[in-house]
Amino acid sequence: MRSDPVVQVRALVKRYGAKTAVDGLDLVARPGVTAVLGPNGAGKTTTVETCEGYRRPDSGTVRVLGLDPVREGAALRPRIGVMLQSGGVYSGARAEEMLRHVAKLHAHPLDVDALIERLGLDSCGRTSYRRLSGGQQQRLALAMAVVGRPELVFLDEPTAGLDPQARRATWDLVRDLRADGVSVILTTHHMDEAEELSDDVAIIDGGRVVAQGSPEELCRGGAENTLRFTGRPGLDVGSLLKALPADSSAAELTPGSYRVAGKIDPQLLATVTSWCAQHGVMPDRISVERHTLEDVFLELTGKELRS
Amino acid sequence: MTTATGTYAPRPGAAPLPRMIGAQAVLETKMLLRNGEQLLLTAVIPTLLLVLFSSVDIVDTGKGEAVDFLAPGILALAVMSTAFTGQAIATGFERRYGVLKRLAVSPLPRWALMTAKTLSVLVTEALQVVLLTAIAFALGWSPHGNPGAVLLLLVLGTAAFSGLGLLMAGTLKAEATLAAANLVFLLLLIGGGVIVPLDRFPGAAQDVLGLLPISALSDGLRDVLRDGAGMPWGDLGILAVWAVLGLAAAGRFFRWE
Repeated sequence: MRSDPVVQVRALVKRYGAKTAVDGLDLVARPGVTAVLGPNGAGKTTTVETCEGYRRPDSGTVRVLGLDPVREGAALRPRIGVMLQSGGVYSGARAEEMLRHVAKLHAHPLDVDALIERLGLDSCGRTSYRRLSGGQQQRLALAMAVVGRPELVFLDEPTAGLDPQARRATWDLVRDLRADGVSVILTTHHMDEAEELSDDVAIIDGGRVVAQGSPEELCRGGAENTLRFTGRPGLDVGSLLKALPADSSAAELTPGSYRVAGKIDPQLLATVTSWCAQHGVMPDRISVERHTLEDVFLELTGKELRS
Repeated sequence: MTTATGTYAPRPGAAPLPRMIGAQAVLETKMLLRNGEQLLLTAVIPTLLLVLFSSVDIVDTGKGEAVDFLAPGILALAVMSTAFTGQAIATGFERRYGVLKRLAVSPLPRWALMTAKTLSVLVTEALQVVLLTAIAFALGWSPHGNPGAVLLLLVLGTAAFSGLGLLMAGTLKAEATLAAANLVFLLLLIGGGVIVPLDRFPGAAQDVLGLLPISALSDGLRDVLRDGAGMPWGDLGILAVWAVLGLAAAGRFFRWE
């Protein structure tokens, strides 16, 4: 299952006039869910659209399911599902009508009624596309991407602008796709989305992949983790520091609020609590803060993700 | 595992080509018939012009019954309204709203999409011809001539106008296409021998206007249907040149996004 990559991008360069959108990008996506994470203008959409066959690389190679998306597009297109960032539907078409149409272009489509119910599109009724809410339009685009029973689905910002409930529904569908053996490439602005859904995350900045790995791998590397607790003010931090491993630090940030930074493992936690016990301190609100993808991202790109 | 396990298991494949093209043509035709502005252009305006100018003597249409002059011109107008104006506007907005972009990654090949569009245009034209012919007969129209020549004129006219319409839709912004297509429709309605005979214009203007696709189509249809001529080779030639130039330019310059 995890042998052949579904997407293989090597040294991809794509320019629009004087602007270099993608600058020597390497990306390997294995079966499963791969999130492509990056700030606006990082080259996410250009990369994905090159994989979909929309753009011809200025240099480098792109293989999707082993095929060249430009030269072998005719063979590739029936095997992939695409959700564009916006649009893609006749303004006068009804949601159900458009979905049935896309289903008719495929040999073994999903049951359209079930998909409509699953994504809550039954409430759209006879409303034409241009009068649907943004969320409904988004869910229709998602349905259109999966209705042909593809092997690989590209979702460009699938939950942008969705309310939390619709967002959950989208996540659930992505999980079911994965469980049924469909690979998913999704671009996102949302850390939690990447963390929740993906087997693999590729962080893109300035047209290059600056880090790739599972969310756990990415969070393990980089900055140290922290442990916080509160106790009575003015504890002897120097004595705590002596008890800790050499590469740790300890500080009283505000009166009564303490932070220990370093490699936080069970041993270190035990050291801190036993030090507290020796000093008659009841450590309130003790918490271990894991290094989040957001921190990793900030370190790598120097940018806040949310715009 | 959830109860949905297996539902989404990949089973990719394109539908057979005839089914894809058929489905696409049906959808395109539905979209067209549902659109109020398009119906105004393709059905209401030609009908009104035919009825109005046949019954009220506004323009001197020369010898014979007015309807015998007008019916061929209105049929030419119907072809232009669907193949050129309607197709340009619809395709322009499909391009603008990413419909063409989305379909480009579907299993439907581009040529098949264009085939479906053409089928949709032909179906619409057939409906127009039925409607307008029925009205013309009710107004006392008595056509002559060779149906084969009429069919050939309509087909070449459709090809010529489709090429020009797609060229406009594939190169201009949707709003610009909307404005330009309507303006061209109006200008050609007046200056293309549809309701105003070309000989009402000065001699030099006549020579130029006579080379327009709408003039060739209305003149050719009139030669056959009113005057019982055989093959109007001159007009067929003009339409063929427009068709080749228009379709070649559209194929060359059409941008899908």
